[in-house]
Amino acid sequence: MTNEFVIMTHALSKSYDKNLAVRELDLSVKLNRITAFLGRNGAGKSTTIKMLLGMIRPTSGSGAVLGGDITDTAANRNVRRRVAYVPEDKPLYGYMTVEQIIRFAKSFYPDWRADVENKLLHEYDLPIERKVKTLSKGMRTKLALLLAFARRPDLLILDEPSEGLDPVGIEHLLRSLATRAADGVSIFFSSHQIAEVERVADHVCILEKGRLLLDQSFDELRQSYRRIDLVFDSAAPEHEFRFSGVQRIELHGHHLTVLVQSNAEAVVERARSLKALSVEVSPVALRDIFLETVQEDQRALV
Amino acid sequence: MGMFLKPAPNTGQPLYLQLMQQIRHAAETGALRDGDQLPSIRALADELVISPNTVVKAYSELAHERLLELRHGAGAFLCVKHRTRSLADRVQASRRRIHALIAQLREEGLFDEEIRRAFEAEMACPAETVRGR
Repeated sequence: MTNEFVIMTHALSKSYDKNLAVRELDLSVKLNRITAFLGRNGAGKSTTIKMLLGMIRPTSGSGAVLGGDITDTAANRNVRRRVAYVPEDKPLYGYMTVEQIIRFAKSFYPDWRADVENKLLHEYDLPIERKVKTLSKGMRTKLALLLAFARRPDLLILDEPSEGLDPVGIEHLLRSLATRAADGVSIFFSSHQIAEVERVADHVCILEKGRLLLDQSFDELRQSYRRIDLVFDSAAPEHEFRFSGVQRIELHGHHLTVLVQSNAEAVVERARSLKALSVEVSPVALRDIFLETVQEDQRALV
Repeated sequence: MGMFLKPAPNTGQPLYLQLMQQIRHAAETGALRDGDQLPSIRALADELVISPNTVVKAYSELAHERLLELRHGAGAFLCVKHRTRSLADRVQASRRRIHALIAQLREEGLFDEEIRRAFEAEMACPAETVRGR
């Protein structure tokens, strides 16, 4: 295990009765990166995160967070001090006021950042005298985020942090992720909202039905994923384009659509040598990459 | 409102390249002058809501091209000497040629979207941005 990775899993699996929630997951999350953990609802994201934090035991496989074995209780206790975690359901002490809960949390962490606390209190516009149980869902989320961001963790793990936030709240959240990353905090956060993550994240992992379908840097994705539309004057020679990196070929008579994960140049070159009437290359939005990847997976299972 | 725009996530171009282009553009237009200090990594990441790693990559690539000078502990400074002058001229000249070409293609009846895709197709190979000094 090297220090280059803050999270590493090997063949990590979890089943409930006969249902496989997470299957043979090999995850490696790099230090000092913002990594987005994308997947549809029920894809296994929360289960994975809970295993990483030692909250549930894996059925098989292994994993380490900040170098500590996730199934070793002592290592886990030690690691939890260096990890800030915001769970999906944001459980907070309802009988405390916002001010009390902040004071309470602060007492556990000697390196609490008052500057971050004040900035976020102001930015999130939290009512400090209100009791937590009377807060709206969005307010609770903001409070949970404040409690995590004001610590000085090595790793921040957020499970669906944008849940319940309005667009302004989401922008504040993403901005907080960017500034915390600039402070040297590694960030791993799950989401099912693609549009939210793609500007701020460095790396994306896509989980579907408990399996990892994509694990790539956003820059690589942007640079290599292309849709290529080709028109020929006779029936399009579909079989000529089965290069490695080609994810899907769709044929409509004279018109061929090729979706590539990489190797766009080879497709374009081949099309030219086959005298295509028209060659058009366009970038593919992450949203479409996500849908393609998930659908491709479903086709493969049929 | 700062001088840089939030990079567009879905143009098929890495965000750090988009940021590099914006900085180059600011240098070419004179919005940034020799010796001007750029925002800190943290400030720019915060402003544009992008990963600080994107800013680091853009700054270090531009430092490699010698458009920026990274001074330890002090930040990034624009360094427009004779070299970038000639680069700016080259970029200006290429703009004029592209402008003329596009005007001609429009004259010949092509739609903007068709022209854009034709450019995209020609540039499909992920070109390195390294250039000769």
